[in-house]
Amino acid sequence: MRELRIHGRGGQGSVTAAELIAVAAFEGGVFAQAFPAFGVERRGAPVQAFVRLDNKKIRLRSQVYEPDYIIVQDSTLIKDVNVFMGVKKGGIVIVNTEKKPDYVIPEGVKLITIDATSIALKAIGLPITNTSLMGAFAAATGEIQFFALEKALNHRFPKELASKNIAAARIAFDIVKGAA
Amino acid sequence: MMEITEGSHAVAEAVRLCRPQVVSAYPITPQTHIVEALADFVANGQLDAEYITVENELSALSACVGASAAGSRTYSATTSQGLMLMAEVVFNAAGMRLPIIMSIANRALGAPLSIWNDMQDSISLRDSGWLQFYAEDNQEATDLHLLAFKVAEDNSIQLPAFVCFDGFILSHTYEPVDMLTQEDVDKYLPKFNPAERLDAADPISFGMYATPEYYLEFRYEMDQAQKRAKDVIAKAGKEFGEMFGRDYSALIEGYRLEDADTAIVAMGSICGTVKDAIDEMRTAGMKVGLLKIRVFRPFPAEEIAKMLSHVKRVAVLDKNISLGAKGATAMEVRDALYGSAIPVKGYVLGLGGRDVRKRDIKEIVAFSEKGPNDQFYGLRKELI
Repeated sequence: MRELRIHGRGGQGSVTAAELIAVAAFEGGVFAQAFPAFGVERRGAPVQAFVRLDNKKIRLRSQVYEPDYIIVQDSTLIKDVNVFMGVKKGGIVIVNTEKKPDYVIPEGVKLITIDATSIALKAIGLPITNTSLMGAFAAATGEIQFFALEKALNHRFPKELASKNIAAARIAFDIVKGAA
Repeated sequence: MMEITEGSHAVAEAVRLCRPQVVSAYPITPQTHIVEALADFVANGQLDAEYITVENELSALSACVGASAAGSRTYSATTSQGLMLMAEVVFNAAGMRLPIIMSIANRALGAPLSIWNDMQDSISLRDSGWLQFYAEDNQEATDLHLLAFKVAEDNSIQLPAFVCFDGFILSHTYEPVDMLTQEDVDKYLPKFNPAERLDAADPISFGMYATPEYYLEFRYEMDQAQKRAKDVIAKAGKEFGEMFGRDYSALIEGYRLEDADTAIVAMGSICGTVKDAIDEMRTAGMKVGLLKIRVFRPFPAEEIAKMLSHVKRVAVLDKNISLGAKGATAMEVRDALYGSAIPVKGYVLGLGGRDVRKRDIKEIVAFSEKGPNDQFYGLRKELI
């Protein structure tokens, strides 16, 4: 079983990202589970969302404590929340930032930084970073295929919004693929 | 067909396929997505029902009572504080023998305010006469609605039913669910045809005044209907299995229990985590199994006593607490095992959304061998 933990702030679409990654993974024939951990339900409050992927039915219902993958939608969370807690050796952490990291990543963990905010502003016209980060996740982990992500986005959003989000995801996907 | 969707949406879809004629509900976290989806279905013409919008939950269930008494298949959904506001009508609906089906996205009760999961809400109404089903995953949460309608509306039962599934943990979880078709559901669930209904041409009354010469017998009849429901569930659950491949004839289910020394007893989504913990303990050579309770009312006491007859000890997990006594399931399991020498220890855990992990289950199994008797598990001592 592989596990993903997404850290964001209320309103950034972390829960939607978890759901769409699960939908895309299911499209690829994997059993997927996505669920949120709400704190106070307010914009700006730290939020976590989780995804589990496995080749068999997933029964486990606890939150994710030892993730294989972590997505951080907002790098300002890093000083408030221990976003890297429990990440597995060999794991991958994707952080939305335009800056060089001024924080320590656990040993044996791969850090990918991507300026998802700029990508989203360019492609969508709004600083909604979740879809760019989904593209980065697909490229970095290979857990979901890009076409499956595209399908999930098309299913969730009206046509025009879906195309903008797919464009954002594609830019991030290509950047991460190119860097690999 | 297997689809990946949110638990609440899977439940709303199952309810739609059951063709309720009247839906009345009031939104409350974490149940809201169900009634939003049903309101959409009615507005879109995907569900031919009267959706009665109301100012609160007391009115929602009151509207259901009137509709059900008039002979309509009737549905509502709520949780937590909403269910408490309904409480008076909850008892009345059962007493009037109205087979209303209500989804409960289980949530803690205030004060202090908590939007998170435990089972205090539905468990607190265990004496109301409603049948109570508890789902382990979203497949069960979906399927149990069909079963509930079929059993509740059976003319030998005529009692309402809660279909309970853990708030957030199931209601907000995306996972694959095998969704049935309208054709499937129509084959399984006949049209609602109650023995009695309100009819201006042939007037009768529901919920009459019962003097001391009559009241006791009303309660006896309700209790008898609860007990008969065991056989009706067995039959309807078997039929479900024959038609769709998932057999719900048993009120309880064992998991790796046949040769177990320690039995864990649990309800709801926690059973999944318990099963994973059991697999790991089994690999380590420990003889641990699970008894999952899917139907809490009627309470399967004889079935539990039989399934646990060989074990050396029982650890009961309760996401509820009868303050001043103990967890409801622990009390009833101990009652079921009355006369046997098997020790039963109760663990109250996971209240107000406190997460329960595999390692917690393993620790509880260790406690059940040599720890103290009934206890709250996982207390943060620094806060007490």
